[in-house]
Amino acid sequence: MTECKEKKIWQKWSLTLDEYRLINQSLGREANELEMGIFAVMWSEHCSYKNTKILLKRLPSKAPWVVQGPGENAGIIDIGEKFLVVMKMESHNHPSAVEPFQGAATGVGGILRDIFTMGARPIALLDSLRFGDFNQDLTRYLYIGVIGGISFYGNCIGVPTIGGETIFSESYQGNILVNVMCVGLVKKGEIIRAVAKGKDNSIILIGAKTGRDGIGGAAFASEQLTKQSEQDRPAVQIGDPLAGKLLVEACLELKQFEEVIALQDCGAAGLASSLSEMAARGKSGVEVELSRVPQREANMTPAEIILSESQERMIVVVKKGKEERVLSTLKKWDLDSAIIGRVTDDGEFTIKHNEQIVACLPVNLLVKAPTIKRKVKKPSWLSRVNVLDLEEIKVFEDYNQILIDMLASPNLSSKEEVYQQYDYQVQTNTIIPPGDDAAVLRIRGSKKALALTTEGNGRYCFLDPWQGARIAVAEAARNLSCKGALPKAVTDCLNFGAPENSDSYWQLVQTIKGLSEACRFFETPIISGNVSLYNENEGKPIYPTPIIGMVGVVEDFQNICTLEFKKENDLIFLLGESLEELGGSEYLKVIHNLISGNPPSLDLQKEKKIQSFCREMIEKGIIASAHDCSLGGLAIALAESCISSNLGAEVKIKSNIRSDCCLFGESQSRIIVSVDASFSGEFLETAWQRGVPIQQIGKVKGDRLKINQWIDLSVNQLKEAWRGR
Amino acid sequence: MKFGVVQFPGSNCDYDCYYALKYVLRVPTAFIWHKEKDISGYDCIVLPGGFSYGDYLRVGAIARYSPVMKAVVDFASKGGLLIGICNGFQILTEAGLLPGALIRNHCLRFICKPQNIRVENIETPFTNRCQKGQVLKVPIAHGEGCYYADQKTLEELEENNQVLFRYCDIEGEITKAANPNGSLHNIAGICNKKRNIFGLMPHPERSMEECLGSTDGRLIFESIINYLQTDSLILKD
Repeated sequence: MTECKEKKIWQKWSLTLDEYRLINQSLGREANELEMGIFAVMWSEHCSYKNTKILLKRLPSKAPWVVQGPGENAGIIDIGEKFLVVMKMESHNHPSAVEPFQGAATGVGGILRDIFTMGARPIALLDSLRFGDFNQDLTRYLYIGVIGGISFYGNCIGVPTIGGETIFSESYQGNILVNVMCVGLVKKGEIIRAVAKGKDNSIILIGAKTGRDGIGGAAFASEQLTKQSEQDRPAVQIGDPLAGKLLVEACLELKQFEEVIALQDCGAAGLASSLSEMAARGKSGVEVELSRVPQREANMTPAEIILSESQERMIVVVKKGKEERVLSTLKKWDLDSAIIGRVTDDGEFTIKHNEQIVACLPVNLLVKAPTIKRKVKKPSWLSRVNVLDLEEIKVFEDYNQILIDMLASPNLSSKEEVYQQYDYQVQTNTIIPPGDDAAVLRIRGSKKALALTTEGNGRYCFLDPWQGARIAVAEAARNLSCKGALPKAVTDCLNFGAPENSDSYWQLVQTIKGLSEACRFFETPIISGNVSLYNENEGKPIYPTPIIGMVGVVEDFQNICTLEFKKENDLIFLLGESLEELGGSEYLKVIHNLISGNPPSLDLQKEKKIQSFCREMIEKGIIASAHDCSLGGLAIALAESCISSNLGAEVKIKSNIRSDCCLFGESQSRIIVSVDASFSGEFLETAWQRGVPIQQIGKVKGDRLKINQWIDLSVNQLKEAWRGR
Repeated sequence: MKFGVVQFPGSNCDYDCYYALKYVLRVPTAFIWHKEKDISGYDCIVLPGGFSYGDYLRVGAIARYSPVMKAVVDFASKGGLLIGICNGFQILTEAGLLPGALIRNHCLRFICKPQNIRVENIETPFTNRCQKGQVLKVPIAHGEGCYYADQKTLEELEENNQVLFRYCDIEGEITKAANPNGSLHNIAGICNKKRNIFGLMPHPERSMEECLGSTDGRLIFESIINYLQTDSLILKD
């Protein structure tokens, strides 16, 4: 078997010469071409995390309420009353850049399978999207495609899409980000794990037939995108949401059968990865006969069958001789199924084709790619972009037109056009719909509710990845606190450039440091997640972009709070302080076309104090409205509370900082709340007792937003600018 | 009194309807599997929303050939109450049980949002608990909800008062701006001449509880319950 050596096959499969040598050395023989192909996908960054594994270990993943941390298909927390919440976020960046509709659709399909694989019913989807320059035609094409794809798959499968973000920046031109988060709910004791156990138990493949789509997708996801990537379209899978829906229902029925040992989805790297991971978790082995795999196309080769990423397929492990009930249930759901192999106890992944052994590899070697240590170097250009001299930024007298321009800008304008394309109500649990700081779902059969949000400011992370990461966690937690929910856990998606680039790797190291620090502080362990490297276009890395998906719990769903003002004469307070900070702000970018300075400062202690005060006051029913003050600053937050309520506000801010910083600075740890005047005494007093910085800044009044002598606009004018009509 | 909620492959509002009837209004309700051929024992059949058979080929086009549909048609032809919501409405027009068709929204996009609809006729089993002209807040979520029919059919619908709901603004005005999908005559829901088959695009099962933002959807189901309990209305021939 010298075919691999002669043809330098490892290169075709994007393995390094060192990896190729290590494989042969460990096997004690030369791997054949098929085996090398399996190693190539299993040892790709996408499946193995070889570049990041050591770093990821630094992230906090434990808390008394964590039932399952990283390592399974999704993380699980216990929220009390026998309810468990399952969650995971994953990227589908490269497929979506090449084929936006199917790329995004299969991203949704894939993350859903990770959730119901654990035996949980998917109850929510959130999408964190990053596109290139808003004014480019290509961006419009990708935007329409991605949102269409999410809408196509999520709506059909009947899981509400309740949140996310849509951000535009030149940095993502040619390498968009599509990060999809799914949350599931399951009763305690009803979890099922993806562990292959018990010699001779049957391995059943269910769902769609296996075709040639998506071959090498995991390896494709682990390379930089180039102009030639367009030709990789066949590496993108095709989604079938009806089959996905039938799989959800069938699997949730199957998990209740005692003869069902394990469920595992077939995602990246297809059968190769799902079978070897199951065997590794069970410290067992598997034997599979490829000719039994139902195939969509004729004459598929063993490599095509084992590496195919055809969607809507699941693996079920069933007790030997007890397959009948499982097979008849699948028939009821009109799903194809076939017994394709069995569990063994020899630690080997044995692949047969027409009864001939075509590959035999140790499971442990497959799932443990050698880790790589990369060079870390602080980028030399960073000190240049961190320079910002406020003296050179013009201060205006009148900010009316500026506020209108800000409200109409792509990242601050209404996202109604996006979320109205998603069915955010199906399952009838959505009690705070998209458009607020966080979405809230009630839990049927309980008083509890879940609040969910995603956050991640790539521009901050570009300027200072450590600080940007801390802010992402703090803001996510603040979003939840503004709705009255206590933050509980995080799932994340780390989108970075090539790890070979020492700048990118430094950014990754700094980000992980920042995430660890903030997640430890807020007691929100990271229970699952995904890393997406090689996010570059024509050699230029994207902004380092960690996306934080956070879940919080409200004990009584009646005690929640929304962002819109409630009634005339309610008093408006600012919790927290506005500092003279403009670095990395949306204002600098939109109005002065500058991306420079340092991101806002963040005092974690102060942040926690303000958030817990906000939650306490919401629970007591004192706060009428609460809105996180973040992108675009105070003026944008006030405008949003006006627009959503059709009520005006008269605001007078006593401050000695610059007017632009006061209106549009993005100082952290700030929340705008409105309170009925009769509660204001108790409210202020408690704030002082708790040491929370607080300032009464005005009252809800009339139909205009007035801020000092700087802004005087009707709510209708604000609304028209914000809605773009 | 017993409600049956049909489950097609791809139905996704089946459980929401079941929950609304069984747990919110507390009336006996059961699921009916799409392979079922016998549906005796039910007083009202619900065809729920979703994407039956993935809405592949054309919305509702495959579901009408589903085994259960023969029994459903039989049930309705004998005067049984049949309500189709969203995808259910699409199936009813595909099956020829209601006139017209539901085509792609004018904006060519899926739309999910709260919606105002005006009650046009209260002399039916589906609207007898409403007031004429009352504005209800019932959300929509569809990609193909634009009601379309030829001129003659529209005239007949209007003449026989078969239009039960129209899209309107908060004041109850029937305007173009209040029409979310381009439906002719702002039609949101219609019934057959005999008044025992009703289809609508808005989702009443999504506006059953205060925490969901509206309880107006109850009026539709409560009308059916009222009708079944009192039998006070006589269906037209």
